[in-house]
Amino acid sequence: MRDVAIIGVGHTKFGRATKSSLELFSEAALQAMDDAGVTGREIEALFQGAALPGFEEGQVMPAAFSAAELNLGPIPAIRYEGACASASVAIRDAVMWVASGTYDIVLAGGVERALLMGTAFATRTFAMSCHSPTEAPVGLTFPGVFAMAARRYAVEYDIPLDDLREKMAYVSIKNHRHGALNPLAQFYKKMGNLKVEDVVNARLVADPLTLLDCCPFSDGAAAIVLCDADKARKYTDEPVYVLGTGLASGGALSKMGDLTKPISRVESARSAFRQAKLEPKDIDLLEIHDCFTIAELIALECMGFFGWGEAATATEEGETELGGRIPTNMSGGLIGKGHPIGATGASQVYWIVKQMRGEAARGNQIDPVPEYGMTDTLGGDFGTLCHLILGRVRRG
Amino acid sequence: MAGRAQEDIEKELSKNYITLSYAEYEEGLRNGKLLGLRCQSCGRITCHPMPVCQWCGSRDMECMELSGDGELLTFTVIRVAPEGFDAPYVPCLVKTSEGPVIIARLDLPPEQASQELIGKKVKMSGTYKYEGDKYSAGAHVCPVFKIIE
Repeated sequence: MRDVAIIGVGHTKFGRATKSSLELFSEAALQAMDDAGVTGREIEALFQGAALPGFEEGQVMPAAFSAAELNLGPIPAIRYEGACASASVAIRDAVMWVASGTYDIVLAGGVERALLMGTAFATRTFAMSCHSPTEAPVGLTFPGVFAMAARRYAVEYDIPLDDLREKMAYVSIKNHRHGALNPLAQFYKKMGNLKVEDVVNARLVADPLTLLDCCPFSDGAAAIVLCDADKARKYTDEPVYVLGTGLASGGALSKMGDLTKPISRVESARSAFRQAKLEPKDIDLLEIHDCFTIAELIALECMGFFGWGEAATATEEGETELGGRIPTNMSGGLIGKGHPIGATGASQVYWIVKQMRGEAARGNQIDPVPEYGMTDTLGGDFGTLCHLILGRVRRG
Repeated sequence: MAGRAQEDIEKELSKNYITLSYAEYEEGLRNGKLLGLRCQSCGRITCHPMPVCQWCGSRDMECMELSGDGELLTFTVIRVAPEGFDAPYVPCLVKTSEGPVIIARLDLPPEQASQELIGKKVKMSGTYKYEGDKYSAGAHVCPVFKIIE
């Protein structure tokens, strides 16, 4: 298998869009192609994440139309659906096809217009990635899933629930602080100075999670250009290499065992580390799937950055902040930046690449630039997990 | 004549791979029964039903009825509901006394939902009927449990 590099990235403003999904994706794709200095003729295939386009705009098969709108010619163009992990799953497959030698240059990314659906219908359609025969009739929602996980976290690690809620609040405070500094974020210049009381006293969505424990519904797109690593320097002086990928699947929540240690997240992260021949201690920066505050804590532990039950206190103590042991979600994460579900994985990659070039927003940029970064993207209630490890140097 | 006889193809089609279907599981719930499967290979119980044992993957399973007794593992109060549901209500996970964990609703006024309930004994007390929408393949039921003091 060949090494694969990212040579260009693009990202729309996240929030409420007035443009169609096709236009949003085109914007991100053209930005990425300009960034890479490639023309449409050079793109050999398109891998597009999109979770719910049928419900948003009555559009299925959006990837073919995206390729057509970009005048890429009759190239293979495939939509990937892994709920909120759709873009990461698309990128992982794109990496595989380039690594296999089938294509030299491809476009990957994702798009979503979740805000368009309104809260009640968006909540319904998001819940479609729960187990439909048994979880749909209950009326389970995603905040509900993570609310149940938060209660288990409190039990497993013997933390009084009110104390855990305060520790979780630090995830929201941190991610909103960085989202408020990120001009592409949904909450740019908003909520950058939250207090613990603001988070725990906000309106309850699913006890014990409040609105400020949750990411928003969002519209937006992000895209990247991937290239055979041997050819990457023809296009850029700063290629970022995909060193490892992981993908794993889960089942119905009731059959997942311990909700604080979902096996799909553990296995996916491990396989990415194995492929990259790296360990958590090697990673300088994380963009992880903080769909809810508790989700960030569970992810940090499943990926091996903290021991079981230790991420809550570590977060409270600033270990995941800029200058801490492992800066996490310096883009604002899903909570501060927004979560257009089909685009999120590509957005995570975009921000790791920007960090490696020293181009993240002031107040969010790591100094010195990170050598290794990692993404974590979750689809459904632990149904689809994907991890990508990126680096500024090729594998040895 | 080239090709395979239609009768042979039809015979293959008639082979049953599902010992307890979701429809039969729901029908059981409507009759007040929590149905599951006992694995003839490892002896453990699968519930909700699957085509193979949820523990060992064996296909050799027989239908059985669970007691409806269990322990409350976790729960939440949904305050923001999906289209088609009226908040508040209380989803929960129950560890049945036979072993498998199932998703259900808890029959509890939302204002009484407190963390101390986790670990309490619960018993199946009925069903919640979801009328369904355009995307749900019809109406469905889920089990409802209540706390046993």
